[in-house]
Amino acid sequence: MTSKAHTFGDHIDTDQIIPAQYLVTTDPAQLAMHCMETPDPDFVKRVKPGDVMVGGVNFGCGSSREHAPISIKGAGVSCVVAKSFARIFFRNSINLGLPVLECPEAVDAIEAGDELDVDLSTGTIRNLTTEQVFTAKPYEPFMMEIIEAGGLVEYTKQKLAKAAATS
Amino acid sequence: MGMTLAEKILAAHCGRKEVTPGDLINAKVDLVMANDVTAPIAIDQFRNLGVKEVFDKERVVFVPSHFVPARDIATAEQFKVMRDFAKEAGIVYYELGQAGIEHILLPWKGHVVPGDLYCGADSHTPTCGALGAFACGMGSTDIAVAMATGEVWMKVPATMRLIYHGKMPFWTRSKDLILHTIGKIGTDGATYMAMQFEGEALKDMSMDARFTMSNMVAEAGGKTGMMLVDDVTLDYVRPRAKREWTVYEPDPDAEYIETHEFDASKIEPTVAMPFSPGNTRTVSEVAKEDIKIDQVFIGSCTNARMEDLREAAEIMRGKHVAQWVRCIVIPATQDIFKEALKEGLIEVFTEAGCQVSAATCGPCLGGHYGVLAEGERCVSTSNRNFPGRMGHPKAEAYLVNPPVAAAAAIAGRIVHPEEVVGKVAV
Repeated sequence: MTSKAHTFGDHIDTDQIIPAQYLVTTDPAQLAMHCMETPDPDFVKRVKPGDVMVGGVNFGCGSSREHAPISIKGAGVSCVVAKSFARIFFRNSINLGLPVLECPEAVDAIEAGDELDVDLSTGTIRNLTTEQVFTAKPYEPFMMEIIEAGGLVEYTKQKLAKAAATS
Repeated sequence: MGMTLAEKILAAHCGRKEVTPGDLINAKVDLVMANDVTAPIAIDQFRNLGVKEVFDKERVVFVPSHFVPARDIATAEQFKVMRDFAKEAGIVYYELGQAGIEHILLPWKGHVVPGDLYCGADSHTPTCGALGAFACGMGSTDIAVAMATGEVWMKVPATMRLIYHGKMPFWTRSKDLILHTIGKIGTDGATYMAMQFEGEALKDMSMDARFTMSNMVAEAGGKTGMMLVDDVTLDYVRPRAKREWTVYEPDPDAEYIETHEFDASKIEPTVAMPFSPGNTRTVSEVAKEDIKIDQVFIGSCTNARMEDLREAAEIMRGKHVAQWVRCIVIPATQDIFKEALKEGLIEVFTEAGCQVSAATCGPCLGGHYGVLAEGERCVSTSNRNFPGRMGHPKAEAYLVNPPVAAAAAIAGRIVHPEEVVGKVAV
């Protein structure tokens, strides 16, 4: 399945991803309704399940609100590709199972609306519109374990179960 | 190889003699915190873990702060989720009337002490780094796991050393040092790094002033912002501490990824212009542009402690807020509100025409109690001025120190405090 790219600039902070006034629910569908409302009020109308969000440097800076990755996931976005990520957003995304890929070269070569094909297992980003191929920075093995478990909660559950079995 | 302050504390919390930047560790936490925005998700995730009890009831603290008192039915429901869980789990919970902004409340109440590894579900958790603790902001899921296991996974950060030589000029505050620093290194200048603040300028600072600097490491992308423990720290900690503390010091041969040195005597009162905390200019420069304002906010986890309120009140005493300007003053906690009342500061503010509220984060995050309309301009002592942060995406926030904010309220535009109180003989 291919996905359309939705591009954003540098330093997209979590207040822009989901403004504080909407942080009154934990429901992904409700949070998704306001995703990226500040930088692009029509984003939610255009985005299709499986699409890719593309950002510049320091994507997700600002508050620690997990509502930011939840709203992005809730909007149907399959992964975020950026030049760099702010640390809490990166951590939250891994913990929640939202794939985030760091690849400055790919970001420079992606225009809004380009068709992309992202292979998460290899970090390969294909721009089908321009026929260019890029490889994202690989995850640390430990983070890969969290992603493969389906997020930090599942990872911790498995760890706790293992500890209980051996004690 | 020697270790930095951050490395020392992390090594001690993962049972190792030594850690180096890049190491992945599982560290034991001393304290875990969540607020009304982040606790509901943390509670969901805690339940998803299937764990019955928190790891230590005395070391898990919930503080309602962002939308207090409940703004509407939706926020009231969030508070209810949080309160019900706190009651059932038997953890520490601060209710309205005793509470306030967590980053000012928790050190004040002695929950955080030097040497701690403290993780909070709020990006301004690094505020407590000023106590010589490793204080780090995380998301709700990390906090849920920490509540259950008493541990967090962490990558040991490299440390950026920041040294402030000399003494600050008369109108310069710790807020200006940190704004100036963010302006220089950029809003992602310290991403994934621990920041270690040192130097002569810090020695003269009160704890109130030090907390302001550590608070804003979040705006430089920092993981924590730590200061070395001295007599000022211990005088603050001793009467409050709920636990024993440990003083760690960086080794003389510690390795730093970057070192930045500043001459504090050359740093002027600073303004972060819209729409980034890194978009800094000096007040003197900005004052020439005659920027008229609609609102002033004196509050937030950055600048709503006693020293901040005293300094703002000193500017406003016997004067009145300019016509067509509204000034909102919010002491950070109930205890600070009480002290400000005793000292007569609340009277100064109310006589000057300010609206004074009980503790809340309120307008800082555009939550309530002073949200901005399209095109409005606000001078604020808070820490963020992103698009839409304090209200409408086209509203503007200018971040400054408390005397500059108070002077702006009186003048109705951004001015140097000297323009309001006259030149001060130094």
